Amino acid sequence: MSVIPDGHDPFARDRGGPAQPLLSVSGLYKHFPVRKAGGKKQVVRAVDGVDFDVLKGETLGIVGESGCGKSTTAKLLMGLIERDAGGLLYDGQAVGERAMPWRSYRREVQMVFQDSYASLNPRMTVEQSIAFGPKVNGVPGREAVERARALLARVGLEPRRFAGRYPHEISGGQRQRVNIARALALEPRLVLLDEAVSALDKSVEAQVLNLLLDLKAEFGLTYIFISHDLNVVRFISDRVMVMYLGRVSEIGPSDAVLDAPAHPYTEALMASMPSLDPDNRTAVALLAGDPPNPIDPPSGCRFHPRCPLAEEVCGVTEPPLDGIRPLHRVACLARQPGSGHARAPNPALAA
Amino acid sequence: MTAPVTAASMALDGGLLTADDAAPEGAFVSSRGFWGHVGHRLVRDPVAMGAGAVILLVVIVAILAPWITPMDPYKGSMLRRLKHVGDATYWLGSDELGRDMISRLMLGARLSLFIGVTPVLIAFVIGSGIGILAGYVGGWTNTILMRTIDVFFAFPSVLLAIALSGALGAGIFNSIVSLTFVFVPQIARVAESVTTGIRRRDYIDAAKLSGASALTIMRVQVLGNVVGPIFVYSTSLISVSMILASGLSFLGLGVRPPEPEWGLMLNTLRTAIYVNPVVAALPGVCIFVVSIAFNLFSDGLRAAMEIRQ
Amino acid sequence: MSSSEPAVVLRDLRVAFGKVQVVDGVDLTLERGQAIALIGESGSGKSVTLRAILRLFPEGRSRIEGQILAAGRDVQALTKRQLADFRGGDVSMIFQEPLLAFDPVYTVGRQITEAILRHETISKGEARERALALFERVRIPSPERRLDNYPHEMSGGMRQRAMIALALSCRPQVLLADEPTTALDATVQIQVLLLLRELQRDLGLSIVIVTHDLGAAVEVADRIAVMYAGRIVETGTAHQVVLDPHHPYTIGLLRSRAEGALAKGSRLQTIPGSPPDLANRPPGCPFAPRCFLAEERCRREMPPVAEIAPGHRVACWRTEEAASAYRAGPTPVRAAEPVLA
Repeated sequence: MSVIPDGHDPFARDRGGPAQPLLSVSGLYKHFPVRKAGGKKQVVRAVDGVDFDVLKGETLGIVGESGCGKSTTAKLLMGLIERDAGGLLYDGQAVGERAMPWRSYRREVQMVFQDSYASLNPRMTVEQSIAFGPKVNGVPGREAVERARALLARVGLEPRRFAGRYPHEISGGQRQRVNIARALALEPRLVLLDEAVSALDKSVEAQVLNLLLDLKAEFGLTYIFISHDLNVVRFISDRVMVMYLGRVSEIGPSDAVLDAPAHPYTEALMASMPSLDPDNRTAVALLAGDPPNPIDPPSGCRFHPRCPLAEEVCGVTEPPLDGIRPLHRVACLARQPGSGHARAPNPALAA
Repeated sequence: MTAPVTAASMALDGGLLTADDAAPEGAFVSSRGFWGHVGHRLVRDPVAMGAGAVILLVVIVAILAPWITPMDPYKGSMLRRLKHVGDATYWLGSDELGRDMISRLMLGARLSLFIGVTPVLIAFVIGSGIGILAGYVGGWTNTILMRTIDVFFAFPSVLLAIALSGALGAGIFNSIVSLTFVFVPQIARVAESVTTGIRRRDYIDAAKLSGASALTIMRVQVLGNVVGPIFVYSTSLISVSMILASGLSFLGLGVRPPEPEWGLMLNTLRTAIYVNPVVAALPGVCIFVVSIAFNLFSDGLRAAMEIRQ
Repeated sequence: MSSSEPAVVLRDLRVAFGKVQVVDGVDLTLERGQAIALIGESGSGKSVTLRAILRLFPEGRSRIEGQILAAGRDVQALTKRQLADFRGGDVSMIFQEPLLAFDPVYTVGRQITEAILRHETISKGEARERALALFERVRIPSPERRLDNYPHEMSGGMRQRAMIALALSCRPQVLLADEPTTALDATVQIQVLLLLRELQRDLGLSIVIVTHDLGAAVEVADRIAVMYAGRIVETGTAHQVVLDPHHPYTIGLLRSRAEGALAKGSRLQTIPGSPPDLANRPPGCPFAPRCFLAEERCRREMPPVAEIAPGHRVACWRTEEAASAYRAGPTPVRAAEPVLA
């Protein structure tokens, strides 16, 4: 099952059982202070109360536009920046506490970045970059190199030709494969892909997506897939989470969320995808203006200034992320029974 | 479950078909290693190689000087002062005390090189250490280290060197110490700014994610990327070091006469400028040539170390 | 330029940088008031083709051959003085990153009025009026206030609109767009694409848009030209290219998109291999190494351009097999029911 020679079976490391989410995030907050010219102190509320779970063996897609907080969330999940508040549970254990210190967590969760060139040390060969992680974690040098070469082969790069190359000598798609190999070198169970295919040509992107699917099946991985491309997210994700201005606006099975969006923002996102049918071009853009800045978000529901369904109550009450169907949660007053919104379903009927 | 990875399957789905598809089967494309690449490029740079040859020549002369000087560098003759270049006995003339210039220049290379290079070398090590640490760790560590450095940096180099030498006393060792103090802040500054430049790069983040300690990351990931620019900057300080050393010698704080040292010779021959300007300029020419050679070589090294896209 | 003359004509355009032939014989015609999209991946030569129209390459380091006619002028024959008038006045361009097109130390309004005054002799007040009108035309809210904004004070979408305003300020006949929406968020991207379509309709603009996104191309352009390794491999109306492709590369591009009727968990159809090395071009069709229909003739001889339907041109030896292979396999784009907008 594993290409890594010490016979590790990733499923053997499971502690919590199949029902336990692999990663559980609750109440995640991260604000960045910003000093504007004039001395006024303001705060960028990059992540402003985010809750979600990542189930074992699934691919959770995270989508959103600039300012939604998905990149910050990724960095918080990896511990690259420190969270202001919020709980992070890995397989039931609190990350950073005694049972799951960061060092152990780092062996379980790895990340692939967007910029394939900036993610590799320009002065290290491909092989050295991949072997760095294992070496640092106690794997003897020779074995680390063997592992690196095996992983290169597994991601489709012939070790004989690529092990000794430098990042600037290979193409973008090949570099991204190296990044994936590097992420897998520590045998993680969860891999965070932050816009990992966004910078690649479409044909190369397709190859890398196929590779990701293969690797997931072979190594029993769980993915968090961050992207702005809804088509790719729909293709690769089991569930999708839509973020807007630092909060989650909708989360659910990807087909349900993307085919029948419950949140008006998700609907606008879907409608903004360019049509590929020349006879049915998009007639009108559902949203005007740019995604807003997370400094000073609107009161109540953050989307209400741009929302076609907005009413007075939307500017006052922040909608909670509640289930409308099994596993499908929305933060929209218009979809929640008894919220006070004119369109809200009747609580008596929504059993 | 996927099929085994074969060449055919990779050809269908891997990004392998590049033009240089002609690597021989069986042999690993072994990398020369980074420094191997650097050396490979360096030997193809004529300017750098020329400069390197000059440096090598000077070093060899300096090492062999006591055995190869044509005359005794210390023996003077008041009758034969300030002979011109091209004189039958003194090919490059004689100085204000009648000593042979060639011999003194050759022997002087020893001290000049030593006093020029040693402080810079030591300062390179210390300054890089401080700068890289401050640059990588950031925060309060950076502030404390760099602002302390700035205090030293605020003094003009000459004054600082003189003040330190005066406090420590005369002699070669003390002048090397004070010169090191002068250069550490400058190198630390460059090191800090270069390190800060790469601290936020994704590959450093990726290294952090592998659980490596800060020290390991600095050693393995950061060092290789910053040592180039710092080194180039440092070698440009060698000429400054030589001049500062000559200033110290002039004030009696460094090399004492009758030891030959180019800077000292330059100063003692000042009075002879109107009588024999060519001979008076000779030590300066030597300093000039060696400085330029170091600068050109380090520039070639920097170019060889650069990643060509 | 008379109304019957085409807006842009490229005849056997070749561009080389040093030893690398980046554009290898491009023939293109754009009629007045039409929009054409150049689609391709990295290394296809689409951006270079676009920039050649404005002669944006330094003389010393590039070699341009072939004929370039734009807005009725022979671009190669223009003197430096004429070229300066031509750029902005007859043909204008917008870029991917608006921050790079604007000078950060001047307000946006100032840069637009400066551009207008460079090309026309009107008063400053009139120029500002024009700038204001342009801002309204590109749908920038509170235009009066925005004219006095610096580029960094505007959001991405607004900057892109301001760049379009700048490009249109001297009333060019042809607008070149180099990946104008690639750096924008999805909801902003569709707004800008619709704006371009609207401007084309209202102002009679002729547009050449370069993009790697097939969706963006379909939204803006009437015609699409697919480029590979510096050549155009297929040209036609959007309808023809997207619904009835006849070139294996076009088919590969369409199939490798992750939308349409794809079962979850199935693999994407990919184009194997990687983009070609332009410094070492093979003698035959440049796509042959990656083509699922390639045969001996393809590797030896460059396929000629064949017109398989009015306005639909393909450079391939096996267009019929390609088309039937496409019809036999999954077709990502369906002619769906009309959307009740």
